[in-house]
Amino acid sequence: MTESTAAVAPSAPTPATSEVVEASLLSRIVRGVREAGPIFFILVVLLVLIVMKNPNFAKPSVFLAFFKAAAPLAILAAGQLFVIVAGEIDLSVGSLITVVVTSAALMIAGNPALALPVIGVLFLLGALVGLINGLVTTRLGVPSFIATLGMLLVLSGGIFLLTGGAPRGSLSENFRVFGRGNIDGVPVIDQLPISVVILLVVAIVAWWLLHRTNFGQELVATGGNARAAQLAGIDVKAVRTVAFILSGISGVIGGILLGGFAGVSAQVGQGFEFQAISASVLGGAVLGGGRGSVPTTIAGALTLQALFTLLNLYGFPTPIRDAVQGMIIIAAVGYASYRLRGVR
Amino acid sequence: MPDEPAGSETAPMPGPAAATAAAPSAAATAPALTPILEMRGITKSFFGVPVLRDVDLDVRAGEVHAVLGENGAGKSTLMKILAGAHQPDGGTIVLDGQEVKFGHPSEAQNAGVSIIYQEFTLLPERTVAQNIYLGREPHRGPFVDTRAMGKATAELLRSLNVEAAIRPNKVVRSLSIAQQQTVEIAKALSFHSKVLVMDEPTAALSPHEVAALFERVRLLRERGVAIVYISHRLREIFEIAQRVTVLKDGRKVGTSEVAATSTRELVKQMVGRDLAHYFPPRATPGEVAEPRLAVRGGGVTGLLHDINIEVKRGEILGIGGLAGSGRTELAQALFGVRPFDTGEVQLDGKAIRIRSARQAVRRHMGFVTEDRKIEGLVLPLSVRDNSLLALRSLGSFFRRGTGALTIAELLRTLELRGAGLEREVRFLSGGNQQKVVLAKWLACEAQILIFDEPTRGIDVGAKAGIHDLMRQLARNGAAILMISSELPELIGMSDRVVVLRNGKIAGELPPGPTESAIMFLATGEQDVASAA
Amino acid sequence: MTTPQATMPGGPGTRIQGFRSSVASTNAAPIYLVLLAIFLAAWVIVSLAGRPFLTIDNLTSMLVRSVALGIVAAGQTVVILAGSLDLSVAYLISVAALVSSLIMSGDPSKIGIAIAAVLGIGVVVGLTNGLLVTKLRINAFIATLGVGLILRGLLNAAFDNFAGKVAPEFEVLGYGSIGPIPLSVLLLSATVLGVWFLLRSTRFGHHVYAVGGSEETARLSGVRSHRIIIGAHILCCLTAVLTGLFLVARIRAGAPWIGPDGGYDLESIAAVVVGGTALAGGRGGVWGTLAGVFILAIIDNAFNALQFNSFVKDVVRGVIIIAAVAIYAQRERRAGR
Repeated sequence: MTESTAAVAPSAPTPATSEVVEASLLSRIVRGVREAGPIFFILVVLLVLIVMKNPNFAKPSVFLAFFKAAAPLAILAAGQLFVIVAGEIDLSVGSLITVVVTSAALMIAGNPALALPVIGVLFLLGALVGLINGLVTTRLGVPSFIATLGMLLVLSGGIFLLTGGAPRGSLSENFRVFGRGNIDGVPVIDQLPISVVILLVVAIVAWWLLHRTNFGQELVATGGNARAAQLAGIDVKAVRTVAFILSGISGVIGGILLGGFAGVSAQVGQGFEFQAISASVLGGAVLGGGRGSVPTTIAGALTLQALFTLLNLYGFPTPIRDAVQGMIIIAAVGYASYRLRGVR
Repeated sequence: MPDEPAGSETAPMPGPAAATAAAPSAAATAPALTPILEMRGITKSFFGVPVLRDVDLDVRAGEVHAVLGENGAGKSTLMKILAGAHQPDGGTIVLDGQEVKFGHPSEAQNAGVSIIYQEFTLLPERTVAQNIYLGREPHRGPFVDTRAMGKATAELLRSLNVEAAIRPNKVVRSLSIAQQQTVEIAKALSFHSKVLVMDEPTAALSPHEVAALFERVRLLRERGVAIVYISHRLREIFEIAQRVTVLKDGRKVGTSEVAATSTRELVKQMVGRDLAHYFPPRATPGEVAEPRLAVRGGGVTGLLHDINIEVKRGEILGIGGLAGSGRTELAQALFGVRPFDTGEVQLDGKAIRIRSARQAVRRHMGFVTEDRKIEGLVLPLSVRDNSLLALRSLGSFFRRGTGALTIAELLRTLELRGAGLEREVRFLSGGNQQKVVLAKWLACEAQILIFDEPTRGIDVGAKAGIHDLMRQLARNGAAILMISSELPELIGMSDRVVVLRNGKIAGELPPGPTESAIMFLATGEQDVASAA
Repeated sequence: MTTPQATMPGGPGTRIQGFRSSVASTNAAPIYLVLLAIFLAAWVIVSLAGRPFLTIDNLTSMLVRSVALGIVAAGQTVVILAGSLDLSVAYLISVAALVSSLIMSGDPSKIGIAIAAVLGIGVVVGLTNGLLVTKLRINAFIATLGVGLILRGLLNAAFDNFAGKVAPEFEVLGYGSIGPIPLSVLLLSATVLGVWFLLRSTRFGHHVYAVGGSEETARLSGVRSHRIIIGAHILCCLTAVLTGLFLVARIRAGAPWIGPDGGYDLESIAAVVVGGTALAGGRGGVWGTLAGVFILAIIDNAFNALQFNSFVKDVVRGVIIIAAVAIYAQRERRAGR
């Protein structure tokens, strides 16, 4: 922008940017923790309740196993968060997971040499699914809830068409290791689940993308007021499409972890789209866009998982999870909308 | 468009308008002195920002009571409270001697209070009759009496002499803008209420249509209806109203008999000082340089035709015209929001194509939109993030760039006071919000700036600040195109004025045109009051 | 058509104009052409494959298939027109089927109580949905999804198989007929006509369109928008209950999977949007929905006749839904220009 003279002549450009950024970083963290407080508090309470019921849970290995189980959902929720922040919704991730797991089994068919190339193919597939979701939503003007719903039907129908109704083939051990393997010999905790490492990496990348890049801020602006964002020169269609692609990729990562953790089945991804949405909403993301944070969303996913664990411990039948999840979604969204309109 | 201040026409002129209009009927129907409606001590805040503070208003049966005030003075909020659309934080409403509380617009309607809103409130997918009688459908039990509704609508339209053009069962979407306005008026007249509130009903009307509307208003008044008439066009108030209450910054300044007051007095009450606004000096010939942005034969199907304008470096080009004349459409076409279908756009003499806002921003254009909250700002984001919005869209996807100048510094230049960088913009005042919008464009060094109603909803003090900033920008080499429906602003700020009518350029006026010159071009009709 | 034109000059001309505008506003005419085209295409293709299509048996079976979806889709039309939507209907259908079959337990004298009880449940669920959407301002998608999840959880926790048994007399609803016309088809017709009349001729119906078109405008005009939305949700849940009753009359006993297996939540929304009702509300009508239901039924029937894998149906259904909404969105965009 050197050729143009600044309209309001500012004093000579100063390199003082970092100072401002830093000050704001601190205040942002303070504000973030204050706003996000409740979900971390609830998570801690639930974990304490679990430990009270089952003291074993406090052991590092059991505790980490909990994170291992929660990792796929947390990753999915992080991906879904991008879509929600952009003001959209992605209902296709659950069936994408099923597609990932079953098609991986079909392609690998137990041959370890194929694991890596197949993973590459899966990532391309996830990105493609996200791209289509994004294009159908932004270019064809189909509401994302319908677009991704259609994608859900296409994916679930498509995969069983390929497999003939029941999952075939099998995953190789080097594919499954991501979901269920551990890194041995780690000090203090001895074993560190690989999926927890992946979760950490995904969380950091997602946090960086959403909170520390132009793209993330454009996404938030798009979700907050698409019209204003567009008039400010933001390519809202591209931004939204990228959000869908990120969600698709998170579905692939989640699927790879789940395939390792839970094995191959036709139901492996069922219900995950709603759980991911619940987790984001629990973490304070606002449906309709413009608000959301990666750390609290991951806390939301862990909270949901903790709740399910607690329900198991207390011997509730598994289907009750659904009912609890339903109430949580309603309560969380109701609370958010109350807070947004109530306090000033 | 407000009557007055600045310039030649500041002399008090209660004369012709008040005399011609009010004389016969006002005497005939001397209003009862006991008010039919009393609002006492009305207080209301939004998001902790007080909008109304202890406001009183009383209206008598058979009078037109004008409520006057600048944009943002609280007129509309007061009326929404009266109509049950908002609930007051404090104060009482007494109707016909009984205290009432309206929790919902339908309660106000049932009690005999109706309101016609400033913005259009028609449903495009419904028919004319369905729109006019929405919420008040003639019915037998739960069933809508379609026949009665159609008949009543037909009669209403006939009384407006439009029954040939507008059928009761036509879908509103299929009507022209002018026809939709007529439906809006028909809706207003269909209320059989004790109290009728009209919120700036003439904003988009030509003098002929205004005259027709006033005819109806007088009829209603003679029937004993109490009419609250909101406007910031002083001339209309002298023509139609008996009493006037002035609001300023959410407070009541005073109520006076229209016959006993003057334009000057009302303006003083409205703006809080004697003479209206001071405008910064215009550009000197030496400051205006080469054309930056030019349009040759620009057109947008159905909206704009044969537009030829150019904006020069260092000047403020004013764009005038009635609502619906194509002003905002012109801005949108220039900025690529709804691009020109025909003609050529030139930047610095070279033909360019701007097909999206993004392309405009990349060419260092900026657009300060009419509605900040809908088009200018992302309300839940902070001052900083809003200021960086356009700059970010120019930057790389994955970087977090703030450019050469820091936002803090920029906002200091703009004198944005009393708001931290991390404050969400929805909590800022109108003037400060507008400065954030400006910061957004200055941060990416916009050179060609389009202002659509730059001071709408901004209080007087902040207005001057915005005006000074605009002039300073022009001095520093920006080319500015300013759309305004506030005639004093248009006259006081513009180095040239181009007036639009029906999507075409009606003419161009030199610096400091008179209001009647602008209105003549805008309507194509000789202004009755100034011609007399 | 309505009568006010009669009082106006220019008789026949205005009549035609009125007819046109009201048909255009429901968007029903083009969708029936599409229905006809699909019907003919299915006829040709299925016949070429040497399977029966245009037989009384096949047509009747298509109609009966349409009944279950058609009834609940009629209700779904009303909520969507009001600018909301209901994802809880599938589980409510199961609840209605299970509760009625449990109460009856084969005893004809309990038919009345059973019907009253499940209608009561429908009102409660609809009221809950409506209150969540209006008073707590929860996005309808999430609110009804949440309620659906709660119902699903409770259903699956309490039942894992058929439970109860309907009274034999009750099965008439599913299998009986008056002359050549199956009772179930009459039930569907009555529901659609009822909803059509409600939308066209009552204040409630007019207000549903107004609230869906712009809740703020409707509210400022004195319409009790919250009551309208709540009413629409209750109505939708009542149609879901009716579908549940019809299904249990055919299956003879309730089971928790009756609703979800039929996919009645998404299918009913699909039928509504394929039928041209705007997802955002305010525009469309129940006749379009009926066409949407028939289109889905014909495709289903043709695929069955051609012995396509059921998964192909899912894929095609997904594509149809997206395509339908995309076409309407494009048309809207062009009209807006």
